[in-house]
Amino acid sequence: MSITPTSPEYILPKIKVETLASLVRKGMRLSGRGLEDYRDISIELNYIPNADGSALVKLGNTQVLVGIKLEVGTPYPDAPNEGTMVVSAEFVPTASPVFEPGPPDENAIELARVIDRSIRELKVIDFSKLVFIPGKKVWNVWIDIYVLDHDGNLIDASSIATLAALLVSKMPKAEVTNEGEVKVDKSTHVGPLPINHKVVTVTIGKLKDVLLVDPDLEEESVLDTKLVVAVSDDGRIAGMQKSGMGYLTKDEVLRIIDLALRKGKEIIGIVEEYVNKYVKPQSTSSEGKD
Amino acid sequence: MGGRLYVKHRELVVPGELIAEGDFKVQTTTYLIKAGKKYFSTVVGLVDISEDEETLSIIPLEGFYYPSPDDLVIGVVRNVGITSWEIDIRAPFPAILYAADLLGRPVNPAKEDLSQYLDVGDMVLAKVEVFDRTRDPILTTKGKGLGKITKGAVIEINPVKVPRVIGKKGSMHQTLEEETGCKIVIARNGRILIDCPNETLEKIVILAIRKIEREAHIPGLTDRIKEFILKEKVRRGLLGGSERG
Amino acid sequence: MGQKEGKPKLIDENGRRVDGRKPDELRPIKMQVGVLYNANGSALVEYGNTKVLAAVYGPREPQQRHMALPYRAIIRCRYHMAPFSTHERKSPAPSRREIELSKVIREALEPVVMTEMFPRTSIDIFVEVLNADGGTRTASVTAASLALADAGIPMKDLVAGVAVGKVDGVLVLDINEVEDMYGEADMPVAAAPSLGMITLLQLNGVLTHEEFKQALDLALKGIRQIYEMQRETLKRKYLEVKVEE
Repeated sequence: MSITPTSPEYILPKIKVETLASLVRKGMRLSGRGLEDYRDISIELNYIPNADGSALVKLGNTQVLVGIKLEVGTPYPDAPNEGTMVVSAEFVPTASPVFEPGPPDENAIELARVIDRSIRELKVIDFSKLVFIPGKKVWNVWIDIYVLDHDGNLIDASSIATLAALLVSKMPKAEVTNEGEVKVDKSTHVGPLPINHKVVTVTIGKLKDVLLVDPDLEEESVLDTKLVVAVSDDGRIAGMQKSGMGYLTKDEVLRIIDLALRKGKEIIGIVEEYVNKYVKPQSTSSEGKD
Repeated sequence: MGGRLYVKHRELVVPGELIAEGDFKVQTTTYLIKAGKKYFSTVVGLVDISEDEETLSIIPLEGFYYPSPDDLVIGVVRNVGITSWEIDIRAPFPAILYAADLLGRPVNPAKEDLSQYLDVGDMVLAKVEVFDRTRDPILTTKGKGLGKITKGAVIEINPVKVPRVIGKKGSMHQTLEEETGCKIVIARNGRILIDCPNETLEKIVILAIRKIEREAHIPGLTDRIKEFILKEKVRRGLLGGSERG
Repeated sequence: MGQKEGKPKLIDENGRRVDGRKPDELRPIKMQVGVLYNANGSALVEYGNTKVLAAVYGPREPQQRHMALPYRAIIRCRYHMAPFSTHERKSPAPSRREIELSKVIREALEPVVMTEMFPRTSIDIFVEVLNADGGTRTASVTAASLALADAGIPMKDLVAGVAVGKVDGVLVLDINEVEDMYGEADMPVAAAPSLGMITLLQLNGVLTHEEFKQALDLALKGIRQIYEMQRETLKRKYLEVKVEE
């Protein structure tokens, strides 16, 4: 059951709310950022040696770690010629004074599902290349989103980390034996995960009639509502989610889409830059840069 | 004062329906909201436009009881405490009746068990003494006729229909009492206490009240009720011809 | 998912959909309010074979006091699918999808319910999908809205919802299960039309910028039609009451 949140994640002192509102009307924010600016983004690739791909992203003070692991498993019954993917998110208690240990709450579930949809619908991963024995053995791609520090806009930070992790993920060496089993050698990687498209989410918050890109925690605590738009590298809309208790006018929705398509392109560019500059540390496998 | 009206007097409206545009006085601000110069209904109800077309209000047809100070209520005891009772008044909150109020004197909890005065399931006729948004309503039984209910039957109706059962200047209430000879106490929280000379009259009163509930939105109700009661009295042998019980 | 096995043709040579509808046609829609005795408000809504039952309890005391808010009512909303509602039996335990949709539906109604009128209470909305054939969350919002009005809870406007899809390259209104499964995009939208408020907006699938604009317009058109049906359903309950002889 979903319940109106009674304990706000963050209570902004009244005087700050007023300052924020008046600044925003003049096109500025408490932090000095412009309305259309993202906070500083830094990406550390392959942060987790045991994962098949990973990325630690800092979006301002928000920190999200995504780990990708490939395991041999069975395909979905209605898609025997494809690998599978599961996206989960955990709001780790380290991230915020209000996060308690326990199963994912509706916000964590929403985040995981929004990111899942953006990847799945756009066919970011080429699942057809992840099959060993059709109908029996395929690669299951497990994407685990670990929110470590919450200063707002967890979805975009998670989406950036997911994209980055996917782009540096490598397939473990695996062979089909005569008995129809799959033998995996996790210490060796044989090539990148087959990626067809790139996608990120762009979260835009609405405060009265002003639109803000990449809201931080303070801003999130006073926003009317948010619209999350998944944008593909070829400028298409790969997902949307209005999230929050307020409403949007049709005009606002259209303005948000325009803005999101622009910013999405920028953010994908930033991820690509990091990935292109990335040099894999020396390992047993013998490939160089991506 | 005034402006453009988009509906007629006594028209049935629903939430979000545009009622008027301009500058009007509004009687029921919960049921009629203003956005800019436009007035919208927030509930399913009948529009009431004053004769001078300057005041608007909505009579809701669906709803619940929300307490107001001075409301006459009939409550059912839910819990017996040490110095007070918790009373169900069909509101979103339970009400409190302090023992000192009912008994008119302070109570010694060590010596007295409150359930001897009011026990779970007992009914009281009371007034809402205090209710503000920060705490549960407090009842009082200080007043004529207030206190524990010891005789009669209590029926429940939709609280929004209470004004209709009372009628303009009490006309419907009067009709019901006069035509049946029953004593009828109508509480704001949708409970009605009926005390009749015999069971048949009690039955007739209850049927009449149900009819009012159903047809509250159709004009000419008072006359129809008078007719109905008369018919029922004849049908059950309370008037003219043989006297049967 | 990738290409599903056995994908049927979704648009035929005459531009008709699998069930014979034109792209901008709604399924046959049925709505009724007051279908449950116990709930304060209730509604049964059918979009073709999708059948959804909504019940509202409240405003009432929150089940746990710590959940209450001092300045407004809280809204609790549960979207749940009956085990027999889908092709393959669905486990009654809440799935991640149901958890997400419960949140999305609650957030679709929060902007219109006048919760500040009833502080410290809880307004509980329970939606059960009895039969699922696409568009369940939008039918749920539509039904919940009717149930709230039926309960007499003041709202700024009714909220109506419909899902637009893209099938075989064509934008279609009110998708059914087959179109949802095999189509290229599924976009549920809900709005309060009199106030121009879009309160639910999701996209599952891929659309170009231009397609999105057209899809949104198509959805808002469908919403207007469904909204008119909601209004008629609420009024019908009273217009059908006849004076009994």
